[in-house]
Amino acid sequence: MDFSLSEDQLSFQSSVRGLLERSCPLDVVRVVAAGDRDAAERVVRDLDALGVRGVMAPEADGGLELGLLDAVIIQEMIGRQCAPGDFSGAAIVIAGLSSFGGTSAARAWMTKVVSGDVRPGVALAERIGVRDGTGLRLEGGRLHGRSLFVVDGDTATHLFIALPSGSLAIVDATAQGVSRVPLRTIDATRVFSEILFDGVPAEVLTGESLAGAAVNRMTAVARLLVAADALGAMQVMLERAVAYSLERKQFGRVIGSFQAVKHMCAEMAARLEPLRALIWHAAHAFDEGSEEADLLILLAKSHAAEVGVFIARTATEVHGGMGFTDLVGLHYWFKRIGVSRQVFGAPEAVRGEAARLQGWVSS
Amino acid sequence: MDLRLSSEHQAFRAHVASLLESHRHLAPTATDRGLKHPKRLAWQAFLLREGLAARTVPEAYGGRGEAPDILKSRILSEEFARTGLAPPLAGQGISMLVPTLLELGTPEQRQAYIGPTLRGEMVWCQGYSEPGSGSDLASLTTRAVADGDDYVINGQKIWTSTAMQADMIFCLVRTEADAPAHQGISYLLFSMKTPGIEIRPLVDMTGTANFNEVFFTDVRVPRRQIVGKPGEGWKVANATLTHERGMLGDPSASRARLMRVAEIMQRETVDGRSLMEDPVFRDRLVALQARVYAMQANGLRVMSAQLKGESPGMAGLIIKLEGCELNHEIARLAIDAMGELGILYDDSPHLRDDGDWQQKYMYDLGLIIGGGTAQIQKNIISERGLGMPREPKSAKA
Repeated sequence: MDFSLSEDQLSFQSSVRGLLERSCPLDVVRVVAAGDRDAAERVVRDLDALGVRGVMAPEADGGLELGLLDAVIIQEMIGRQCAPGDFSGAAIVIAGLSSFGGTSAARAWMTKVVSGDVRPGVALAERIGVRDGTGLRLEGGRLHGRSLFVVDGDTATHLFIALPSGSLAIVDATAQGVSRVPLRTIDATRVFSEILFDGVPAEVLTGESLAGAAVNRMTAVARLLVAADALGAMQVMLERAVAYSLERKQFGRVIGSFQAVKHMCAEMAARLEPLRALIWHAAHAFDEGSEEADLLILLAKSHAAEVGVFIARTATEVHGGMGFTDLVGLHYWFKRIGVSRQVFGAPEAVRGEAARLQGWVSS
Repeated sequence: MDLRLSSEHQAFRAHVASLLESHRHLAPTATDRGLKHPKRLAWQAFLLREGLAARTVPEAYGGRGEAPDILKSRILSEEFARTGLAPPLAGQGISMLVPTLLELGTPEQRQAYIGPTLRGEMVWCQGYSEPGSGSDLASLTTRAVADGDDYVINGQKIWTSTAMQADMIFCLVRTEADAPAHQGISYLLFSMKTPGIEIRPLVDMTGTANFNEVFFTDVRVPRRQIVGKPGEGWKVANATLTHERGMLGDPSASRARLMRVAEIMQRETVDGRSLMEDPVFRDRLVALQARVYAMQANGLRVMSAQLKGESPGMAGLIIKLEGCELNHEIARLAIDAMGELGILYDDSPHLRDDGDWQQKYMYDLGLIIGGGTAQIQKNIISERGLGMPREPKSAKA
């Protein structure tokens, strides 16, 4: 019985952290957010040099054959630095492809995603909840409709799309009939797109052990990784709030010596630590194929959303007026957490799923 | 990360489960009231005999003398929670005094007190807080003056639970009047039947006297009744406070409590429709469930650190604050789900669950305050966990 990260995991996490601290400091976050795609690509290349893209893929396909827990601790560091890139998109797709029982088509895609020759975009939003009348349909092997909040749609060479049937379709992102419209969210460090499909040829993968298994796995991984990303951002916001409170003086004392400020920081820590343990537990359950994994991931995603808004707000308040400025840059993390709360299912929707999963809803 | 139990621990769980199942008929129920109800004492005797209580207490003192094994302790508490059977007695004598005596008591003190305490025959109360010394416990002023072979005690304690039923008290008194606050305190054990002790029940918001005030007027206690040396009482007391804080946040109990709320929501109806069908209540339930699961995972993390002999750090510091708050909120959801029926109390018609939830909702507010208030916990978290400046020690008048 050991509920902790291994030495290997800690050292891996610390290399990712060191690399991102060099590769993506705040001034890089700023230029990435201002739309400099070359700057974002440099961060992606630096991460790729560590070989993390295939963290969850089989060794035979060029991956590291590690688990979701390993992906989670990497994603936490990515969130910590507010870093751009398609690490999570690749991990989501790899998780989906792994449910096709090693068919040659799935393995061919897997190998290319791991090597980075295929840069994936992920369209899951319609599987979770349709907004603004979006939707997709497959007719005679051609895809019609549009999808919102496609992850990494801008950098994708190929789009991996959850169909209403629960099947996974793959489309060449540069094919005729694909239009990519970038969406501007509050968090400019990650890019989401709306993608329109006008009769685009699609490859639908077959050979899953269970109908919809691939898309369900992709959704689960997407949710836990976005929770881990938010966790990293929350940790930084707490650390920065404490550090700022120990520098900033008012009334002749550092503000961190006032109980009002100490208690705000204590409340953040008290909510953050159990969330970290819940995210680890959910990842481990997924890796073990435990029956509890689906529930734990739903709880982790929705809980991260709640702890996230609390910490994003409270850490900003500890900074006083400076927290509100662009100068300090805390807002990048605030916004990152805000976006992570909504994507792949806002907390109310996710809790609704958790209730259905437990048979707490009759309908 | 590996959450599997070793074969030894799996076997232990199976053993505990089968023992509890086959002796279910002996377990006392909620209606067997009274700390020394014969059924409770007989159940405790059974648990001691089978090593399901006091597992690590040496055999010489009535325990099983087994090596500490956090995992086995956890398995035990999970099995009691799962079966719903009365867990081993856990008053302040057992959870606080016994560990203290094992660590710091003399052989005579251990011999005299541990056995009867474990068997439930000797009930203890704790004399720590005073009207003027709550969070700032070290400022306590109950005096014990040496006089021949005795101490003579004068002063007052408050928040003394089970003082009425207690045979004995472990009590903090000031023996060294001129020493600095923390160095003038001693830890004494004495009978609650000693002349000069007056107990006044302190009725709290639940309508019950869960606590008492205890007054000492020229109470004579033999000097050998001290644990540790004169002036070392603060150190001795801190050994027990650690045990108390661990006791106040048990995540498997929170999970059991949450599942009871889920049952209430399935059972209770408004206009013929179950509360579970109400999306607002369902959302609140799942939101609390996430916090319960998070605290359980946090508990696993703390236990793992302890198993490796490491400090659990922040994960340990937050347990009292978060655990007590969470339990209180679970009780609040239960009451809200009952709605108007949730305001019923005492022996009212239509009362649910014997008024247990109303009792819990109010009593748990007491737990948020007691054993180190939420605000003291936040001081501890920010100072020890986040390295923020310590509160200045106030100047003594």
